[in-house]
Amino acid sequence: MTGDRSREEPLFRPLTAWRPKLILGSLFTGAVAALLFYSWGYQIRNDIGVAGINRPVFWGFYITNFVFWIGISHAGTLISAILRVTSAEWRRPVTRCAEAITVFALLIGGLFPLIHLGRPWLFWFMIPLPNHRGLWPNFRSPLVWDITAIGTYLIGSILYLLLPLLPDLAILRDRHTADNPDSARARIYRFIALGWRGTAQQWHSLESGIRALAVIIIPVAVSVHTIVSWDFSMTLQPMWHSTIFGPYFVVGAIYSGIAVLMVTMYLLRRGMGLESYLNDKVFNNLGLLFLAFTLIWGYFTFAEHLTVWYGNEPSEMAVFTERISGKYARIFWAMVLLNVAVPVLVLSFPRGRKPWLTAIVGVGVLIGMWIERFIIVVGTLSLPRLDFTVGSYQPTWVELGILVGSFGCFALLYLVFVQIAPIVSIWEVREGDHHLNQVHSATEHPVLETT
Amino acid sequence: MENAGGLLASYEYLDSTVDAIKGLKKAGFETVRAYTPYPEHHIEDALGYDQSPVRVWTLVGGLTGTATGFALTIWTSMDWPLVVGGKPMVSIPAYIIIAFELTILFGALATIIGLFVLSRLPSIKPTVVYDPEFSSGRYGVYVEGSHQRLEEARRIMNEQEPIELREGEADD
Repeated sequence: MTGDRSREEPLFRPLTAWRPKLILGSLFTGAVAALLFYSWGYQIRNDIGVAGINRPVFWGFYITNFVFWIGISHAGTLISAILRVTSAEWRRPVTRCAEAITVFALLIGGLFPLIHLGRPWLFWFMIPLPNHRGLWPNFRSPLVWDITAIGTYLIGSILYLLLPLLPDLAILRDRHTADNPDSARARIYRFIALGWRGTAQQWHSLESGIRALAVIIIPVAVSVHTIVSWDFSMTLQPMWHSTIFGPYFVVGAIYSGIAVLMVTMYLLRRGMGLESYLNDKVFNNLGLLFLAFTLIWGYFTFAEHLTVWYGNEPSEMAVFTERISGKYARIFWAMVLLNVAVPVLVLSFPRGRKPWLTAIVGVGVLIGMWIERFIIVVGTLSLPRLDFTVGSYQPTWVELGILVGSFGCFALLYLVFVQIAPIVSIWEVREGDHHLNQVHSATEHPVLETT
Repeated sequence: MENAGGLLASYEYLDSTVDAIKGLKKAGFETVRAYTPYPEHHIEDALGYDQSPVRVWTLVGGLTGTATGFALTIWTSMDWPLVVGGKPMVSIPAYIIIAFELTILFGALATIIGLFVLSRLPSIKPTVVYDPEFSSGRYGVYVEGSHQRLEEARRIMNEQEPIELREGEADD
């Protein structure tokens, strides 16, 4: 038998009855999310000219947000898959909330190319269908790679989120059916649990399936942000055309992903009373991973800038100088402060890896990573090789509204998810407790602190 | 052999469950099914499960994806030959990316299909051979056989002191 069940109560609380706090939260984030759709609707009605993008800066906030949100999606699936493949025991309470981040961040990130299109109904030009003259999409284009990679990652991540969820839905089905077999919740969970019975045969297949998915999702996650970086580096633009961009973007993506994971976990822990699951040990371990990625990202950023400086190519140096000491210097150094100096100073010490501190560092890193993408996108485009089109970029309220609204969308999706599915994988935690009990009964040691 | 019915026993402890399964297997029962609240390798070993065939589905799906990726990109380029960016008609390096992504996509989808086929999901209609307690901590053992054989099964299952033992219809 599994151990103490009272520990699970905070997980079931939002799933058994409506909670006023969650409803209010959903309404508030829903209102923020509506800002995105209002601004987007305004842009569709009045055309793309209402956005600030213009010659030569054709990529502005939208592409920055696209890279940012797709980057965040690397939190979940990648981190959870790596922890699963290496069977890290402390992963058990973390995987589900990380995988949910992936799915929702991808849904929002995938929206931005559509917003950027201006005429979103022409989206189907990208999918492999011939147009009315029988012409197919150009598969040599990084944009077509993008949609293939992101589509694959989205489908893979949804499956990877839902598969380990199935037994938990069965737990909820049985619980609601025991309470009142005719209630709406009982009916819904009976349907979405798909008739999971927990036979040894089913577990056997499920475990094998989860492992297979975890293994194949790691390369696809790496490929997604590599391909996003190729949107840039396949061009000849100064400071984009760089072979380092693939790994540089992937590292940045995982880095911002961990930052979001830290913030989300802290909010879940505080808001839902999950201290016994998302405990200090989890934050300490993820804080160490966070620190490692701070250093790797710092190294990549340094290497990227060092080679440009050493190469001393005029058009590249123009962009470089603008970053280090020109128009973008202020936000560039803010980025260095938020993404390298602060995390290293705080996370290097065990006392700095406390939950609230890692969450604050996480917010800083998110701002820093957004700045990084903005500098890459706008910094280069405003200084093209042919200097008769030098220009600048000023976002309009439409772009700001869409940016703010995207955070509302993410929070709303997350809050709704929390009310549908347990945010900590119940069966995986029970399995972990069970293994621990077996070890203790076998060695007859006193029960250690369960993690 | 015509199966007359089945017996379903719930156990509280893992070792009694494993012993019951081993006893039933030793007595030659073909259809023995176990219910557990989480994956349990001792039970899978007792039931004699080998590597799950789900991985074969993943591999076959993945290879189909690779082939589809190359076939789609190469065929569509040949269908309307149009030189773009001075690249050859069949630009293998670029097409590797599409083939790679489709490998993963088809592999993931095949994994799910294989998993659902092997674990007989979805099956929403309620079955008698289930106890809601199985999802919250109890272990279950289900066995099918003719009337005389079920008496023997009942004896073996009772040896391990089940919390509950009841008769159920043979399903599937």
